[in-house]
Amino acid sequence: MASASTSAAPPQSRRGAGSRRALRLRICAGILAAVVLAVVLVPLLFPLDRQAVDLAAKLQPPSAAHPFGTDEVGRDLLLRCVYGLRVSLLVGVVAAVVATVIGTAVGALAGALGGWADRTVMRLVDLFSSVPHLLLGIFIVAMFRPGVWPVIVSVALTHWLSTARIVRAEVLSLRSRPHLDAALTGGASRWRVTTRHLLPAVLPQAALAAVLMVPHAIWHESALSFLGLGLPAHEASLGIMANAARSSLLAGDWWPTLFPGLFLVVPTLAVAGLAGAWRERLNPRRRSELML
Amino acid sequence: MTAPTSLPWGPMARMTARRALTAVPVLLAVTLGVFAIAAASPFDPVRAYAGTAGLTASQENLDQLRHNLGVDQPLLTRWWDWLTGALSGDLGDSASLRAPVSQVIGERLGWSVLLCALAFALAVAAGTLLGVLAARRRGGVLDRAVTATAYVLEAAPPYWLGLLAVWLGALKLGVLPAGGLTDTGSDLVTAGQAARHLVLPVLVLAVSQLPWFVLYVRQGVADALAEDPVRGARARGLRERTVLRQHALRSGLLPVLTLIGSRVPELITGALLVETVFSWPGIAAATVQAATSVDFPLLAALTALATAAVLAGNLLSDLLYGLADPRVGFDG
Repeated sequence: MASASTSAAPPQSRRGAGSRRALRLRICAGILAAVVLAVVLVPLLFPLDRQAVDLAAKLQPPSAAHPFGTDEVGRDLLLRCVYGLRVSLLVGVVAAVVATVIGTAVGALAGALGGWADRTVMRLVDLFSSVPHLLLGIFIVAMFRPGVWPVIVSVALTHWLSTARIVRAEVLSLRSRPHLDAALTGGASRWRVTTRHLLPAVLPQAALAAVLMVPHAIWHESALSFLGLGLPAHEASLGIMANAARSSLLAGDWWPTLFPGLFLVVPTLAVAGLAGAWRERLNPRRRSELML
Repeated sequence: MTAPTSLPWGPMARMTARRALTAVPVLLAVTLGVFAIAAASPFDPVRAYAGTAGLTASQENLDQLRHNLGVDQPLLTRWWDWLTGALSGDLGDSASLRAPVSQVIGERLGWSVLLCALAFALAVAAGTLLGVLAARRRGGVLDRAVTATAYVLEAAPPYWLGLLAVWLGALKLGVLPAGGLTDTGSDLVTAGQAARHLVLPVLVLAVSQLPWFVLYVRQGVADALAEDPVRGARARGLRERTVLRQHALRSGLLPVLTLIGSRVPELITGALLVETVFSWPGIAAATVQAATSVDFPLLAALTALATAAVLAGNLLSDLLYGLADPRVGFDG
């Protein structure tokens, strides 16, 4: 397959590229299925004893008994990473859902009302996007610390902007469709048109945006937690683990740093891969479009 | 690619002036928002100021302190006081760094600008090169390697890349310092030491900004290579180099390069994480310290500063875009 593609002749490599895409799709779906299974099943099968400290086994490199090694107090890193991913995923999903609800409501409102309401709302969106997101997040968390909810609120409040823009554009394009004219001339109220015609039509877009937002939300949560501003230390998310591993890293032990990061990167790539495939399917002619 | 004989200074100046005017309400709204968030939060500046002494102090003393700090004033009054103070150069005092906020910013801004400018220049140069190389043979080995690496780096948090770089550069290879600005035991900042301490943070910050450039340059140039003018140039038998330089790069690369000004938010995000990992004495690391110790005056000033930087970046982007594509103009 590799030799066929080095020739770089499009007609010959097309088939190879197609099967590569199918393979990539399967790998991405498999990774995500494994992630979901792991965060659901592992806590049921291997209940984590929070006090299970084994100082005799601290900072052991990866081995058969501990595939990812052990952390600075002798806990198994593989198990901790799964638990950390679970915490990060919970925070990320809740934040993404909250952000999507805000973004959809704001975008639909702006698109449906139009006029000064639209202008005001879009000014607000511009205003929010002129403050760097992580900085705004840091500020909110710093003021409302500590706890899980400040982190969720801070991530949600910095992530609804793009959803609002997408939903507004979608609503604006829908407003000129004949079935909406028919509904309005038939005497349907604005509220009815919005809830019956506009919202159902934008929901698929909003849902896709929400799924794409989850890795981004997790990224944000982990960054806040790494800076010591995120989740409380006993909610061992992936960012907290990376922060806790800093002292052992300086002593030369790389595994407590490497694996939590990989647990963040690999699912993110899987989501990006699936989203890219989804978009190719919706719009195959613009295959070169970015999956970002 | 012929350079325009003279730049349209007039329209550019008018656009800059218009943007400066619209920046004023944005900055006002952002700072007011910052004060409103602080007022809504459970954070109490009086208790933060008094520290452990606040636990034993009498209610009268606390009330006196509250009055002295001006915290008993309504939100709008406090915001207005801060604003008028800021305009005369007094941004308040940073409790965590024990210095006036303006002094903290003055001492640290230069180091952050140095770090960000070097990293950004490196990211633009490397990103353009790799993006063009990948676009020339789309689907080739190099393209697939570059694209895959870009997606991985895009997904990787900069703090994690920074930690891995510390492990590799400072511990495994032992050639570069792991953080700070000077060697341990040395107070004097010399150029040689600063340069050695710059290498890892600059590399990591550049790598964290790289994926966007690579992917967009690749996209832009590859799309341009599929356009009619390029096909026409090839049909006329022009050399591949000429086709690439004069046709594909011009229409594919310029729009991307003009967008670099709009990357300021991502650069600030990266700097917040990278400066913290490497204990770099810049403004972003100070922001994180200020947040950890809820140092409101410093946080408020830095948020306003970051917003101003973002707006300036957007302006730069639009100016460059108007220059690169005269059809766009300077009306925005």
